[in-house]
Amino acid sequence: MRFLLDDGQREFARSLDGTLTAADTPGAARAWAAGDTAPGRALWARLAEVGVQALAVPERHEGLGPLPLELAVAFVELGRHAVPGPLVETVAAAAFLDRLDRLDGLGHAGAAAEWLPRIAGGKALLSLCVPATSGPYALDPDAADAVLVVDGDTVRLAATTGPLQPSADPVRRLARPLGGTVLARGPAVAVAASHAAEVAALATAAQSLGLGRALLDRTVGYVGQRTQFGVAIGSFQAVKHRLADTLIALEFAQPLLHSAALALAAGADHASAEIAAAKVTAGEAAYTAARTALQLHGAVGYTEELDLALWIRKARPLRDAWGTPAACRALVLAG
Amino acid sequence: MDLDFSAAENAFRAEARAWLTAHVPATPLPSLETEEGFAAHREWERTLFAARWSVVSWPGEYGGRGASILRWLIFEEEYYAAGAPGRVSQNGINLLAPTLFEHGTDEQRARVLPSMARGDVVWAQAWSEPESGSDLASLRSTAERTEGGWLLTGQKTWSSRAAFADRAFGLFRSDPATGRPHQGLTYLMFPLDADGVTVRPIGRLDGKPAFAELFLDDVFVPDEDVIGAPGQGWRVAMSTAGNERGLTLRSPGRFTAATERLTALWREKADPSDTALRDRVADAVIGARAYRLFAYAGASRIAAGGSIGAESSLNKVFWSELDIALHETALDLLGPYGELSDEATEAPVHGSWAEGHTFSLAGPIYAGTNEIQRDIIAERLLGLPKGRR
Repeated sequence: MRFLLDDGQREFARSLDGTLTAADTPGAARAWAAGDTAPGRALWARLAEVGVQALAVPERHEGLGPLPLELAVAFVELGRHAVPGPLVETVAAAAFLDRLDRLDGLGHAGAAAEWLPRIAGGKALLSLCVPATSGPYALDPDAADAVLVVDGDTVRLAATTGPLQPSADPVRRLARPLGGTVLARGPAVAVAASHAAEVAALATAAQSLGLGRALLDRTVGYVGQRTQFGVAIGSFQAVKHRLADTLIALEFAQPLLHSAALALAAGADHASAEIAAAKVTAGEAAYTAARTALQLHGAVGYTEELDLALWIRKARPLRDAWGTPAACRALVLAG
Repeated sequence: MDLDFSAAENAFRAEARAWLTAHVPATPLPSLETEEGFAAHREWERTLFAARWSVVSWPGEYGGRGASILRWLIFEEEYYAAGAPGRVSQNGINLLAPTLFEHGTDEQRARVLPSMARGDVVWAQAWSEPESGSDLASLRSTAERTEGGWLLTGQKTWSSRAAFADRAFGLFRSDPATGRPHQGLTYLMFPLDADGVTVRPIGRLDGKPAFAELFLDDVFVPDEDVIGAPGQGWRVAMSTAGNERGLTLRSPGRFTAATERLTALWREKADPSDTALRDRVADAVIGARAYRLFAYAGASRIAAGGSIGAESSLNKVFWSELDIALHETALDLLGPYGELSDEATEAPVHGSWAEGHTFSLAGPIYAGTNEIQRDIIAERLLGLPKGRR
């Protein structure tokens, strides 16, 4: 047993962190919220250059995957930098198309060959809506090149979307997918959708963990500098203990995430329960981090001006996306 | 990255499981916190030692198997899964022994460790004093130089199982002139039946008499029972303090086993429509799993040449809160039967949880309070400035 990321995986995370630090992701996120997706798409293309999307695409469709552990490592960094867009949905859509293709569920439609290489190359963003799991809305459908909608054993390519439903996190743009053409139908669709939902839950858990780490890091930096009563507020026990509890929550979420990724990679029966455990734990930890960050920044944390808002507002939606805490806990006991 | 056990590790697990299946007493021993139970648990230590299961991680020359941390984790998983008795020698094995391995002399190790491993000598800790709890370095008990050794005087308290134990170890102020609380302390071992030692049992919240306070009046301790250099006691004690709250004292196997009992109880008793209770059972399952995986990650780090320092404080806060939460959930599942003690004839067949619950409430206090642990996490792991406690 060696339950540690290897040097290559750590180096991959470091290099992604470096790329994203240099890329002004807060600026891209603010532009995305305002409807200008160009900086976000440029960011997405940069991520493709270092192979992020390819981790969800098989080699025969010009990818490197599926590599769930590396995907989780990458999504921690995407969460840490609050990268905008249907990140989770695109890799989940890739997992869906790949699985359906392997199950011969696509017939001759060729959708896998059409979309997977473009996803791997960073040229296509997809949104995926599985109403039974993800709710009625698609994330960022107006920015996506295609929106897949899975209802039971039918998957369709949405023709259009309903009016934008603004989210409490303005960087998340929601709308109902409408109409469209049936891409495939049959039992394989449901199987592939359930696999895609697991990939989405894993990626969301990873994104939450990274989000929580960033919130903690920024808050630790802030309380070390902010002085009141003549001393740094980080020297107060009430402040320290809240940050300590936040670190504990994040530290114990991480091994659940890694173990879940290993289980998914191995196609283990218990993967679903493990992913659910990682999802609820990372989601709760990130939300704890957001509450801590807001409270310890005080009033300035409650402003839009501070980039911190981009992280704070994302924590709660991610906690409930692709499996609410209650749904995850039920899965843990079912598995 | 993997979570796979080698063939040799699986064989080790199978060997432990087979031995435990054959030897764990069919009916639970009386509580180890009572005089009768203490004696029964001392016998159990001898049984473990005879098969070299009492101190698996120690070198073979002292009765161990030289097991890696991963193998120790495997053994503990099997130990708790088998419902084996509590460890009456745990203070010696988890606190004193690591200190002797790091700071003791060969003579001390040869003299102290085998009798500890056999359960012939059971050790109690003597850290806290009436005026020195979390602020341990403020302690006042003294060690005064005398011909061939030291004379101990003062009062120690909250000493677990000292009412029945044979010997104790702790810190004493040997040089009051330094004027600095962390300096001039000496780490000493002493017999609890020596002249000048008075042991007064103190009843605990769970009604057990195993706590004690120790009154010391010119108790002679020979030089050979000083660990490390005189005056260096703080450094000696702190270098292995992580052992108590880290990977050793509360092994993941304990929570894995408790959670399996809780899940079985839930499947049998619970109203399926009570999703609030279901969520708490799920959280216990997740928490035990997270704790186990965190330990595997720590063991992997050590195997790769790393070390565990202040990170052990993360463990301490996590397991102590997990332990309370899972016991509270069990009590709520049991409803009116929840308060029945171990002695109640109508205690549920799944085993009584009330005493475990009471004991779990001590978790955030002993082995360094959770307040101190959170200070350590904030200052050493997050780099926040020191301040008033």
